[in-house]
Amino acid sequence: MKLTLKVWRQKNNSDKGGFVNYPLDGISKDMSFLEMLDVLNEELSEKGEDPVHFDHDCREGICGMCSLYINGKPHGPQQTTTCQLHMRSFSDGDTITIEPWRAAAFPVVKDLVVDRSSFDRIIQAGGYVSVNTGGVPDANEIPIPKIIADEAFDAATCIGCGACVAACKNASAMLFTSAKISQLAMLPQGQVERKNRAEKMIAQMDEEGFGACTNTGACAAECPKGISLTNIARMNREYFSAVLSSDNV
Amino acid sequence: MSWVTKTLSSTLGRKLIMALTGLFLILFLTGHVSGNLLLFKNDGGEAFNIYAKFMTTNPAVKLLSWLTYLSIIGHVIYSIILSRKNKSARPIGYSESKASTNSSAASRNMGVLGTVILLFIVVHMQSFWAQMHWGSIPTVTYGGEEYKDLYSIVYAAFQVEWMVALYVIAMIFLGVHLSHGFASAFQTLGLNHKKYTPAIEGLGKFYCIVIPALFASMPLYIYFTQS
Repeated sequence: MKLTLKVWRQKNNSDKGGFVNYPLDGISKDMSFLEMLDVLNEELSEKGEDPVHFDHDCREGICGMCSLYINGKPHGPQQTTTCQLHMRSFSDGDTITIEPWRAAAFPVVKDLVVDRSSFDRIIQAGGYVSVNTGGVPDANEIPIPKIIADEAFDAATCIGCGACVAACKNASAMLFTSAKISQLAMLPQGQVERKNRAEKMIAQMDEEGFGACTNTGACAAECPKGISLTNIARMNREYFSAVLSSDNV
Repeated sequence: MSWVTKTLSSTLGRKLIMALTGLFLILFLTGHVSGNLLLFKNDGGEAFNIYAKFMTTNPAVKLLSWLTYLSIIGHVIYSIILSRKNKSARPIGYSESKASTNSSAASRNMGVLGTVILLFIVVHMQSFWAQMHWGSIPTVTYGGEEYKDLYSIVYAAFQVEWMVALYVIAMIFLGVHLSHGFASAFQTLGLNHKKYTPAIEGLGKFYCIVIPALFASMPLYIYFTQS
């Protein structure tokens, strides 16, 4: 495959940045998107140029480290992570535009790498259980109906990649925050801190400078893990009932 | 900050205000369209004028109108606050975006649609509401009692082509705004469940077509049948 890559290059956070076009030849349709970028970076390194910086880790679609806004969509044309996107999703001769996630709460570190530690701070604000849950319990020892365990697990599959924020016209983090609140609100271990968790995580989400939700549904449509909008409704219920009944005056 | 002001200044609190004022305005539209159906009655405007007097003098209706004014103002102010926050959440935009593949155009343009509707409300209230309250309106007498002849004002306004066009176009904008707003308000309130969400969405689709269509049919009916 012969491609033209239009890549966002930015030296550091204070640099203005801009697009640079790179022609690329000899790309196999079986390569993953990141392998294609590896080929580009090898060429750049051989020429003595600075390779394109991008985030990646497991390359198995489970760690949430890869990002990239490809041709106008987070993680590209398929509803999956960028590492699981393959070049067969593109055609020979295509121009592919690659941008970093765009959000005030995700400042660009370099090129396509953004700082997503705002997500970590939302988790730190309340996305934990501080009761001692002991070792791994035997199956079925904790009485949780399967249907609820499954729903909590669905919420817990969020890998925190930030595609929801990238897709949202308001750069809102509500799908992420709602998944993290939901997974604990539905399980017995999460009950002790349930009200505080909703209040603190949402306060932190606001403080980080994420936008509000317009219920466009873009986040859920682009989420590589298929986190659903019912989590946002649950988060709203959790928050409204928490502010009405918690001890935080 | 007390817990009340803290809650109402959080994004979720502000969204709650948007949802509640929006739902109240949906209720208002239902009442407004039902009453105005009297315009279709071929009685020279008698029923409509009696209804108009009731609506401007009854104390319970007055309370409801003040709630309506507050809802409109609150809905507008909070939409501006939220839009500014949303804008600042993404200072640098994308050079290429395929938003149409993941969300509806209505949901992405609620602010633009709402602005057009607000401009329409200003013109609409100036044409009829302000006239009814402070304008010099001819009077008519039914059964010995004097009534302001608002019908004649409505009748005259809808002989003007650009007024009819403005009303029809504004109602299209209202319909598109409601096509997203109706179900979205319930989602914001946290009411999302497989048992009743399909019904809410269905009702929203029905409502966003029928109510604006009924409103738009009034100027069209007067323009085409009475001239």
